[in-house]
Amino acid sequence: MELAAAKMIGAGLACSALIGAGVGIGNIFGNYLSGAMRNPSAAPGQFTNLLIGFALAEATGLFGLLIALIILYG
Amino acid sequence: MEQFEIRKIWDLNFLGHDISFTNSSLMMIVALLLISGFMIYAMNGRSLVPTRIQSLAEIVYEYIAGMVKENLGEEGMKYFPWVFSIFIFILVLNVIGLIPGNFTVTSHIIVTFALAAMVWLTATFIGFWKHGFGYLKLFVPSGVPLWLMPVIVPIELISYFIRPVSHSVRLFANMMAGHTMLKVFAGFAVMLPWWGKIAPAGFMVAFTGLELLVAFLQALIFTVLTCIYVNDAVNMHH
Repeated sequence: MELAAAKMIGAGLACSALIGAGVGIGNIFGNYLSGAMRNPSAAPGQFTNLLIGFALAEATGLFGLLIALIILYG
Repeated sequence: MEQFEIRKIWDLNFLGHDISFTNSSLMMIVALLLISGFMIYAMNGRSLVPTRIQSLAEIVYEYIAGMVKENLGEEGMKYFPWVFSIFIFILVLNVIGLIPGNFTVTSHIIVTFALAAMVWLTATFIGFWKHGFGYLKLFVPSGVPLWLMPVIVPIELISYFIRPVSHSVRLFANMMAGHTMLKVFAGFAVMLPWWGKIAPAGFMVAFTGLELLVAFLQALIFTVLTCIYVNDAVNMHH
């Protein structure tokens, strides 16, 4: 029974990796938006870079989520 | 959870391996039929001034064509059919999975990992085919002082080998987390008395809209990253 409880706690802790993902994604989109406000004509050209940055920032958080899922169901 | 369960529709056995026809395979075939049907029907007229449905197909085509041209250059257009197939296959699977009662194929890591592994193997193969063993220079970035090499090269190697993992986990985790969240809110709506149902139901509507955006965005990101990985192999300006 204690093992099950420890698993739950561990999975919850592993999800805290998503804090970093949230901060990172917010940073990327916020900076993109402020840059786009200053120079709207250059914004569409950077859309691909925006998506790459978003994807890379999100990946690290999702690794944490994956660990949580492995702990719970693996 | 019930919506992620794989059910056998037609039991098949091949040399001791279980290759049954499941609801996952069924959804993939439905997606294929939808894509082919849409593309063939939309481009049937081939009029110079496109009809509404034809211009829909052309928008998708030109969007991906622009992305491939931007990332891979003019000579990279020979990879366009492959990239376009990946994009539209994932997009349609994501979107039809959002219809209640449907099975979401991309919420299973084995499917996304197979796709990502295909992309990774193709990119690696193209790299070795085009540059020979010079492709290994990808792991030795230029302009880095020599004493940093023992640190940089392992990092580059790890980041190269983790690519299929991050590529597949991103799509899988997004789809699974979105569907789980919708399920949790649906559970709230069921549990609450009648006067409380309106708030979670409203959230459900809003989140379904958000999930539609995520479904499109994740298909796009998968495609953009595919372009970038192939570009690393084709052009190698590292």
